[in-house]
Amino acid sequence: MTIRLENIHLTFNPGTALENVVFTGLDLTIEPGQFITVIGSNGAGKSTLLNLLSGDLRPTQGDVWLGDRNVTRLSVPDRAPLVSRVFQNPLAGSCPHLTLAENLALADRRGSRRGLKFALPRPKRQRWRERLVELGLGLENRLDDAIGLLSGGQRQAVSLLMASLASSQILLLDEHTAALDPAAATKVLALTATLVQRENLTTLMVTHSMRQALEVGDRTIMLHSGEIILDTSGEARRALTIGDLLDRFSNLRNAADFAEDGLLLD
Amino acid sequence: MSAWLVVLSGAMEQGLLYALVGLGVYLSFRVLDFPDLTVDGSFPLGAAVTAVLIVQGVPPAIATFAGALAGSIAGTLTALLHVKLRILNLLASILVMIALYSINLRVMGRPNLALLGEKTLFSSLTGPWDRTLVLGAIVLGIKLLLDLFFRTELGLALRATGANPTMARAQGINTGTMIILGMALSNGLVGLAGGLFAQVAGFADAGLGVGTIVFGLAAVIVGETLGNRWLRPTGSAILGSLAYQTAITAALNSRPLGLQPQDLNLITAVIVTIALVLPNLKRPS
Repeated sequence: MTIRLENIHLTFNPGTALENVVFTGLDLTIEPGQFITVIGSNGAGKSTLLNLLSGDLRPTQGDVWLGDRNVTRLSVPDRAPLVSRVFQNPLAGSCPHLTLAENLALADRRGSRRGLKFALPRPKRQRWRERLVELGLGLENRLDDAIGLLSGGQRQAVSLLMASLASSQILLLDEHTAALDPAAATKVLALTATLVQRENLTTLMVTHSMRQALEVGDRTIMLHSGEIILDTSGEARRALTIGDLLDRFSNLRNAADFAEDGLLLD
Repeated sequence: MSAWLVVLSGAMEQGLLYALVGLGVYLSFRVLDFPDLTVDGSFPLGAAVTAVLIVQGVPPAIATFAGALAGSIAGTLTALLHVKLRILNLLASILVMIALYSINLRVMGRPNLALLGEKTLFSSLTGPWDRTLVLGAIVLGIKLLLDLFFRTELGLALRATGANPTMARAQGINTGTMIILGMALSNGLVGLAGGLFAQVAGFADAGLGVGTIVFGLAAVIVGETLGNRWLRPTGSAILGSLAYQTAITAALNSRPLGLQPQDLNLITAVIVTIALVLPNLKRPS
């Protein structure tokens, strides 16, 4: 499904001392099945971009299109049939006191009506168990454990699985490996690639890691002060190195600022 | 029946009536994370509606149902103030509670209404423990229905709404609708408790609701200290209510303590405080 942002303007707290202009006329089109990575310094508008697509934020002006539907005014739950999302904080994507099976049951009905049917029927449990086996984390035997007992890496892997249980068209990843240790991050990233390919999802991944931005997906954009200052794909992107990205940044700002942003160079 | 048994059966009846309040408060306070003072108004509302209808000759079962329905309308109102008009949840519930004080007086047309000699759900029961048994069956039935409901897709959506609203919305759950549904259910149970109270006690009174929220909280919190996994939170709330009402009755009836009925609220505060602190003492710091 094509994602189209048209002439997006967004200002937080307009007319107050805290006024913060984020976007002034942003345009971005993402083709169906494209996997796009987004980098940029803090405050560049990366998370805001994701929140505009999920429905958490509405633009002051401009339109958001998913396929041929104008979703600008649709709320988060109303967009849920089309959009699945994995949060940066592994704790944000699930309910800690509910069991693993109950969390999966919630995700299984994303975008469908919920009625008085039993939420955990045996055939579904069997299907979830099979999907958990694919994660390779041994979670298939822990369906009835509270999900709060799992580690951050495990919970993030489950969040990815949850994002793929019900069909969706676009996948939003908000620095979803940033809070994980390197081994878990690698694992979750590999799972992401498998999932995106299998479901043919149009994907937007915000990341702080320049290496991740260039290695994963097929297109990279760099945001600075709400503007796209780099948009690269195909041959040009393959030729790009982390050093090149760094140069782009230092052209804009001095190196000291840059280190503060905590961008990962590896 | 000896004097002590009369006292005990009274405590059990009271415990079972407030167990329904406990179930309602569990639903709002624990499941939805919605501190709801509406119950101080919906309990006497249930009592008033049920009593007025019984006096007018409506069959007791229908009158009781109407009391529960009135309670759930009150809960819906609180939820609407919060969800649609974005008033802070606690404040929204206080507004409805205050409004209900006037409404309850309007419903009854006077501050209190006696049901002497009227046909109620309990008027044909003669055995000393009959009322306790009937109340117990009602409470148990509602507990089991709630347990089933929490395991349905809709029930799960309700639990997710309270536990992690951001996640719930991302999963396509309209959290506003869930809050309205949960608050209607919660206050419906409290209205039912009020309607049954009026029939057990033989009267409805505008001042009946003072402290209902504390009795409900006491049931939930004492229950969490006493209960276990097998009982589930619903069974724990019932157990908590029974234990709490028994403790209160024992304290008020024990001559050496020298407590008077007007000390009830003080004792309540002390017991709830103990129940709140106990779990922290058990846990190694």
